[in-house]
Amino acid sequence: MYLFGYKLPGMSSLLIWGLLWEIAGQMEVSFFLPALSAIFSTLLEIYHTKVFLRALYETGYSFCAGVFFAVVIGVPTGILMGKNRFLDELLLPWVNVFMSAPLTALVPILMVLFGFGLKSIIITTTLFAIWIIILNSRAGVMQINRSLVDMANSFGASPLDALIKIYFWAALPEILGGLRIGFIRAVKGVIIAQLLISIVGFGALFELYSSRFLMTHFWAVILVLFALAFTLSELLGLLARKVDYYASKRSQ
Amino acid sequence: MTKEILENAVSVKGVYKNYGEVEALRDMSLDFPKGQLTSLLGPSGCGKTTLLKIIAGLLPATQGEVIVNGKVVTKPGPDRAFVFQDFALMPWANVIRNVAFGLELRGVGKVEREEIASKYIGNVGLKGFEHSFPHELSGGMRQRVGLARALSVDSPVLLMDEPFSAVDEQTRRKFQEDLLNLVKNENKTFIFVTHSIEEAVYVSDQIALLLPRPSRVSEIIKPSGFRHKDVDSIRKDSEYLDTVESIWKSLRTYVE
Repeated sequence: MYLFGYKLPGMSSLLIWGLLWEIAGQMEVSFFLPALSAIFSTLLEIYHTKVFLRALYETGYSFCAGVFFAVVIGVPTGILMGKNRFLDELLLPWVNVFMSAPLTALVPILMVLFGFGLKSIIITTTLFAIWIIILNSRAGVMQINRSLVDMANSFGASPLDALIKIYFWAALPEILGGLRIGFIRAVKGVIIAQLLISIVGFGALFELYSSRFLMTHFWAVILVLFALAFTLSELLGLLARKVDYYASKRSQ
Repeated sequence: MTKEILENAVSVKGVYKNYGEVEALRDMSLDFPKGQLTSLLGPSGCGKTTLLKIIAGLLPATQGEVIVNGKVVTKPGPDRAFVFQDFALMPWANVIRNVAFGLELRGVGKVEREEIASKYIGNVGLKGFEHSFPHELSGGMRQRVGLARALSVDSPVLLMDEPFSAVDEQTRRKFQEDLLNLVKNENKTFIFVTHSIEEAVYVSDQIALLLPRPSRVSEIIKPSGFRHKDVDSIRKDSEYLDTVESIWKSLRTYVE
């Protein structure tokens, strides 16, 4: 980001918005918008409390489990869809439907099917993340250089060899792109599930703080969540840049 | 009969290839003598790459058979290795892994296959680049990697699909000279697809001239007079020049 010709350090935009937020908070523009400094001091108060740590654990656990299933099911499904025309035509309509479906509206159905516990929360998280992971893996495989496939075949690669040693790696830049978006959607998914299915984790904290109008507490949890999602996305971005060098030169 | 089979490393007998209504190859029959380099030469659309891919087992023939060392083949096998026009290197793998990839797929252990790969990397003149990645190499060097990979599996038949068409002219000439030495020193059968008349005459023991619509072998030319000459004098040889000229005469009516 540049300002008056000077290059500003990374994340300067965050600082600018943080500053505006602080000013608005100090001016008491709205009850719902406390000053950023007040939010941070609340965060320092609550982050080591048992309630907060348990919420963090519950949310983290559901998130990790949900994302795990989204990856181990989504990536192979996407690769196979990109590779196999029949499978693709069979599954693609469903992937597209769920991709654009309002998943929140499906949560009550999941509750009927899987109960009010952890299982439903994890499945909801998976459902939020998996479709974009499938679509991106599929797209990555579909643009594979045909002669790489011919090459593997001519040297006698088994279908499994081709899948693991050629298709997966050729699609890796797109797969990582899909994981990045998928993980962020999973953050949304896990919170929605913890608000709708059973009031646990960060969902429970949101419920508690907003019902009692503890706005600094409420925002503190949102900031933590944002920081976690941002870190995760940046880590995956870093990984994606590592394989970028061949994304543009794949034909060679 | 037996003698004929033994002398031909590869025989194509009555091969047809249809894509729906379109006839890509019609009743193609061709023999490839052992230890020699045979070029498939022709204008674009004459089906030369299609024929090569059928021999490789990468494409199924609609009808007819391909015989490699006396056995009918329909799938890729360890008796044939392929060199690709666009190199087909794995961009995520370094040179040594790319070269050893054919051996890796055949289940050769890491130490052994890297030893073999190193040897061929040296043979194609890429010593010191073992741990470079394809995007760090020039086009010519990439094709040397592709060649080393095909050589390291030690197949008796080498199939080359316009291997030098994506490299610059100087590199191309060097490659052609190297190829002559390779044919001389390695006891292998080479099947070489090209659309360059000069290249075909320069490197081939036998040239199959393919013509399109419908695809067929129109002529088989065996340049012999200059084969024993050293690489520098061939391009000045009168038989070389005459052969180039006569092939051009047969082909020019097919060029729009």
